[in-house]
Amino acid sequence: MSAATASPPGVVRRALRGTGARFGLFIASVFLVLTICAPLVAPFDPYDQDLANALSPPSEVHWCGADQYGRDTLSRIIYGTRTALLAIVMADGLALVLGGSLGLLAGYAGGAVDALIMRTVDVLLAFPYLLLALIIVAVLGASLTNSVIAIGIIYTPQYARLMRGQVLTVQAADFVVAARAIGAGRLRIMLRHMLPNSFTPILVLATLQSGAVVVETAGLSFLGLGAQPPSPDWGALLADGHGYFLTAWWIATFPGLAIFLVVVGFNLLGDALRDQYDPRLRVR
Amino acid sequence: MGKYVAARLIQLAIVMVGVSIVVFVTMHLLPGDVAQLLLGDHATNEQLQRLRGQLGLDQPVWIQYVRFMRGALTGDLGISIQSNRPALDDVVAAFPVTLQLALASLLLASALGVPIGVLSAVWRGLRFDAVVMTLTLFGVSMPIFWLGLMLLVLFAAGLGWLPVGGLMPVGLDPPRVTGMSVIDSLLTGNAAMIVASLRHMLLPAVTLASVPLALIARITRAEVLAAATLDHVRTARAKGVTDAQVIMRHILRNAAIPIVTVIGLQLGLLLSGAVLTETIYSLPGLGRLMVDSILSRDYPVVQAGALFIALMFVMVNLIVDILYAALDPRISRA
Repeated sequence: MSAATASPPGVVRRALRGTGARFGLFIASVFLVLTICAPLVAPFDPYDQDLANALSPPSEVHWCGADQYGRDTLSRIIYGTRTALLAIVMADGLALVLGGSLGLLAGYAGGAVDALIMRTVDVLLAFPYLLLALIIVAVLGASLTNSVIAIGIIYTPQYARLMRGQVLTVQAADFVVAARAIGAGRLRIMLRHMLPNSFTPILVLATLQSGAVVVETAGLSFLGLGAQPPSPDWGALLADGHGYFLTAWWIATFPGLAIFLVVVGFNLLGDALRDQYDPRLRVR
Repeated sequence: MGKYVAARLIQLAIVMVGVSIVVFVTMHLLPGDVAQLLLGDHATNEQLQRLRGQLGLDQPVWIQYVRFMRGALTGDLGISIQSNRPALDDVVAAFPVTLQLALASLLLASALGVPIGVLSAVWRGLRFDAVVMTLTLFGVSMPIFWLGLMLLVLFAAGLGWLPVGGLMPVGLDPPRVTGMSVIDSLLTGNAAMIVASLRHMLLPAVTLASVPLALIARITRAEVLAAATLDHVRTARAKGVTDAQVIMRHILRNAAIPIVTVIGLQLGLLLSGAVLTETIYSLPGLGRLMVDSILSRDYPVVQAGALFIALMFVMVNLIVDILYAALDPRISRA
């Protein structure tokens, strides 16, 4: 089976044979469970202030310590998984839909449409990621939703390029020629034949990007341009910790550890999927 | 080669026109009225109209773009709302801080990443290789703002070995020549100043170097392993050339081109990605200036900074491409 037509379930099944990928899947699963069960798992309400316990270090009551308002750091980290997952779904989803559609259109239409879309993509790629995100947030305003939109837009060019390349590869495949020969319309060929057969690499890219999305979202929040207080966002928690690192190391340490573990998990999973999809890219 | 460079320069010009359009259009999508923003809430209608006329905001958009481009080419990108100085002057004044940080990080990442990658390839499959591969995975996965904070917690707050931030201790600033604290301190020849500037630069440079170090080590390992399978390497081994000579003369020479390219491309990313490191260590660089300007809605500085960083990024990548073509003639002939 060629790389271009490898089926998503087959790639995923083969990828999960490795130890690294299984570890990655384990972390991603824990992350997902915490997101769904946050109210059941978190020992405290993430917004509950307890000034008597402000800046108290890790203890039996507050396993990861408490912040400057006495809020339980562990509970805030657990609720922070929701923001992180929301960022992955929204930013990756936006980039996938926008970039995928543009790439599909550019690859199928060709000519002037292709040139216009791909030159726009080239210009967007000429911007460093973080700068483009900063410009977009400057226009939209500082908030979690806007920072996620910004991250979705900065990843759009990658999906557009990948999808266009896939469409160009699939275009010459027998089943597309056959569909054309029996008189299938342009839209039908694009959506029913090309899109499903170009989807595996897009899935691989989406997984690889998930960790990066979590870091970028937390980064913008850390700079004060993403989630705003008192939201329990991992980047915002780190920003709180920045103000107290001389006296309360735990405020920044544990949320950062959470980001790190989730990113390692998604990177392991993404690497394994990529290796299965295209073994030539495997790290030797 | 000349044709290749000319073609790449034309591409650069086209990309920069595209970049300028993106910056111009996004700044025009800003919510609210720029004139109102500049004059404040107490401005009268007459004052607002006059300023809109002065700024050309009452002209058609394409005329505004032509004026904007003319200004950009002559270095006039408006006046900063915060500092009341030309926006580009603020950007240029902050740039050496970012440049120094990016260069120090790149030096550190290359000096450690290349030998680690080579050793990891030589000892492929052994414990050292496994440790390096795990650490590099951690390196690319670790958010640098967390790493920076942890280094501060350990070396500044805990052990008290290094300063918590800033470029120099209070009252020990060297006279400004280049704007880079380490170089300016070296120029004074004052040992205390030089040591202080290096101590302040160490943690930020280590923080920013973490991701490129991991990438350079991984790429070096992969390229060395790929070059080791080439025919001429096998021939050299068959002739009885020693391992060290094979690595230095035959493998590294072939692996060098992609490694140098990756190192070069990292510089562009470091110049633009230093914002988080600058925030953690309170460094008055370009990234920090951009974030402060966004938060205080100082759009002339945001606009000037965006154009400046994009130009630097594109130019560094162009120089790397040209060097790549010069090192490998197959590229310019293609």
